[in-house]
Amino acid sequence: MARQFIDGSTAIVRGALDAECDFFAGYPITPASPILHMMLAELPARGGVAIQGEDEIASIGMCIGATLGGARAMTATSGPGLSLCSENIGLAIMGEVPLVIVDVQRLGPATGGATSVGQGDVQFVRWGTAGGYPIIALAPSRVEDCYTLTLRAFELAERFRCPVFLVTDKDLNVTMQTVDESSLTGGAVRERSFRTGAEGSQYRYEPPDVVPPLGRYGNEVMRFTGSSHDENAVITKQPEKVGALNRHLAAKIEEHLEEIELVEMDRAQDATTLVVAYGVTAGAARRAVKIARAGGREVASMIVQSLWPVPERAIVEAIDGIDRVVVPELNLGQYRQEIERLAAGREIVGVNRVDGRLIEPDQILELL
Amino acid sequence: MTATIVPLATYRNETPYPFCPGCGHGPILDSLNEALVRLELDPRQVVLVSDIGCSGLSDQYFATSAFHGLHGRSLTYAAGIKLARPDLEVIVIMGDGGTGIGGAHLLSAARRNVGMTLLVFNNLNFGMTGGQHSATTPSGSVTATTPDGNQEQPLDICATAAVNGAAYVYRGTNFDPALTDRMVEAIETPGFSILDIWELCTAYFGPSNKLGKRSLQETQQRHGFETGVLARREVFEYSAAYRAEAARRLGLAHPGPRLLAAEFTSELDRPFRLMVMGSAGGKVRSAARLVAEAAIRSGLFATQADDYPITVKTGHSVSQLIFSPEPIDFAGIHRPDLMVILSEEGLAQAGPYLAAMTTEDRVMVIPGLSVVETTAAVEVLDLDRVSRRPVQTELAMVGVTAAVVRHKVLSAEALRAAATGRYADKNLAAIAAGLELV
Repeated sequence: MARQFIDGSTAIVRGALDAECDFFAGYPITPASPILHMMLAELPARGGVAIQGEDEIASIGMCIGATLGGARAMTATSGPGLSLCSENIGLAIMGEVPLVIVDVQRLGPATGGATSVGQGDVQFVRWGTAGGYPIIALAPSRVEDCYTLTLRAFELAERFRCPVFLVTDKDLNVTMQTVDESSLTGGAVRERSFRTGAEGSQYRYEPPDVVPPLGRYGNEVMRFTGSSHDENAVITKQPEKVGALNRHLAAKIEEHLEEIELVEMDRAQDATTLVVAYGVTAGAARRAVKIARAGGREVASMIVQSLWPVPERAIVEAIDGIDRVVVPELNLGQYRQEIERLAAGREIVGVNRVDGRLIEPDQILELL
Repeated sequence: MTATIVPLATYRNETPYPFCPGCGHGPILDSLNEALVRLELDPRQVVLVSDIGCSGLSDQYFATSAFHGLHGRSLTYAAGIKLARPDLEVIVIMGDGGTGIGGAHLLSAARRNVGMTLLVFNNLNFGMTGGQHSATTPSGSVTATTPDGNQEQPLDICATAAVNGAAYVYRGTNFDPALTDRMVEAIETPGFSILDIWELCTAYFGPSNKLGKRSLQETQQRHGFETGVLARREVFEYSAAYRAEAARRLGLAHPGPRLLAAEFTSELDRPFRLMVMGSAGGKVRSAARLVAEAAIRSGLFATQADDYPITVKTGHSVSQLIFSPEPIDFAGIHRPDLMVILSEEGLAQAGPYLAAMTTEDRVMVIPGLSVVETTAAVEVLDLDRVSRRPVQTELAMVGVTAAVVRHKVLSAEALRAAATGRYADKNLAAIAAGLELV
């Protein structure tokens, strides 16, 4: 079988193209720029539009506008740029705009290390805008996942009409890896269905978990607003309407967790230690678990692909019979606290690095 | 979808405006309604994009499509709508507050000329949030945040837009009897049109500064702000220009990453970790890439992780390569089997790795570098042995070739086969030189 030598950025772009993404706007930032370059090269040749915005605010703003015009849009940035996207992430949540946002994490805070790896945005993507409403975030841990999870991100964005983050990192995006040709082809997302105008407004709050079909400009007279609004997108302060809107924004995601949950569970008979990892750190975890098992130690591992909402059901199931959970991450324990709240009474051990270098398999191995 | 246009007798809905008595917003919106009636636009094809402030309420009083977004960002949403849907008529309503906070977007809108019309409802202060000063507040004016008179100069919106390329620029007041004509002209102009419409805020700015209809014009004159149509130029509307340019590339999509079939074999039976330590501009990464592709062509799995500072043509350039008969979970290297050192800058990055290396590991260095802090076997690449002395940019390819062929990781044939593309000849020459060192 033929193989390819590619990095995560390339796989993300191939995934976006197979998802029929036809609008991209982004602003140059290391280490996300290769995605901008590739989308600028690819989209016009396929009838789409790719543009470099004047900043990240404009880039995500254009994506939101384009989506309401009927496009399938994506932007890609890194921590400092994601900081600028904050207000518009809220707008996409409020206006129920499907949107894929790639965050290629680098070492923070602030400018941090542009060419250094980090996983410090994990809680930031979850809570990165005012108000505190849920988003969905997926974290690929290898190049093949960059492809499949990009497709999945588009799928979920339209299913739930919300921003979906693809949380990657500098090393995953720029490290070249060997993949089978077949692992980067054949992906597709379902046909887009737009409302025709006959089904009432593009907003509906009852039942709270139901997501009405997206409208698009040109087909109908359609309203959109980032202010608290009724089902006709007219600004309102009526408590029953505003409450229904805000509960709907949460319920449509939180009542369908089973559709979003995505983990790679690797159980082991009689294991009492579980490694929970995500993103680039999962590579070191896989390696460590293999070495531990080769040495006769029973260890279980769980790679979390759907970071947000936290796959609580899968985590609770995974920690059954486990005494000790090891959580390696390139921050000071951001996701570990999610495990801690679900695994009371167990020993939770973090392996953490914030020096711009990857966690080594040996650092995990010594805890197994 | 049918293309039948259904113009309306009025584009207003039946809801009365919510503005203060005497506010200029209502009259401006009445002009906009008249302009839409005159243009006979399909209301489904018109998108009114607004943002924050009293003027941001405007879209709710129209029977067209609407987008009510965040403060100062209207132009970005409007650009996205127009870029995705050039068939739509996009009209943006912003206050002077939004124009100020979205200044970067105003500049880009003027420079880019995406087809949209911006109406600035310029009442010289923040009317909704308590009468604070804005980017257009005249100097000396009293506002909630300039109680002793504004010490800043007002932004000349029109001069800024005009000098940066906007297709149509107008300044006036809501009292201009020809305002509807100007709006029709602006909407019909391809590219970015802007109307800076001064008006009275009867809640704050007017009373605080004893401003009436006449003094509005006097203020414009005092600041040397010209009025009327200030710029008109023919431009290639951006979304149309983009599509015209893209049409030439249609169907020329990249075929995707190169396919690498395993046509060669390797004797490697365990992971082999190779580090190449050089300098920016030394072709370290491209040499590493070629060798990695040769490994894949030899049936191996390969990873390549590069490290370099944020500078471009200066500083170190380090490539970490792993070759393995099995898939590779982790692309990092703690202790390389072999290190090739090509420059002082590369050597400066090598310390921790050299320290981790043992007597089983090997280091290959170019002459003149002194590698002391390692127990690995160090050998100097005898470049004098090569029939043609390699140039600086060949050293990476030469060194890596010598390394992987000498240690039986890859064959010369696999390396030569991987030398494809624009630089095939140069790479083949460097590979040949490297083979002389094996």
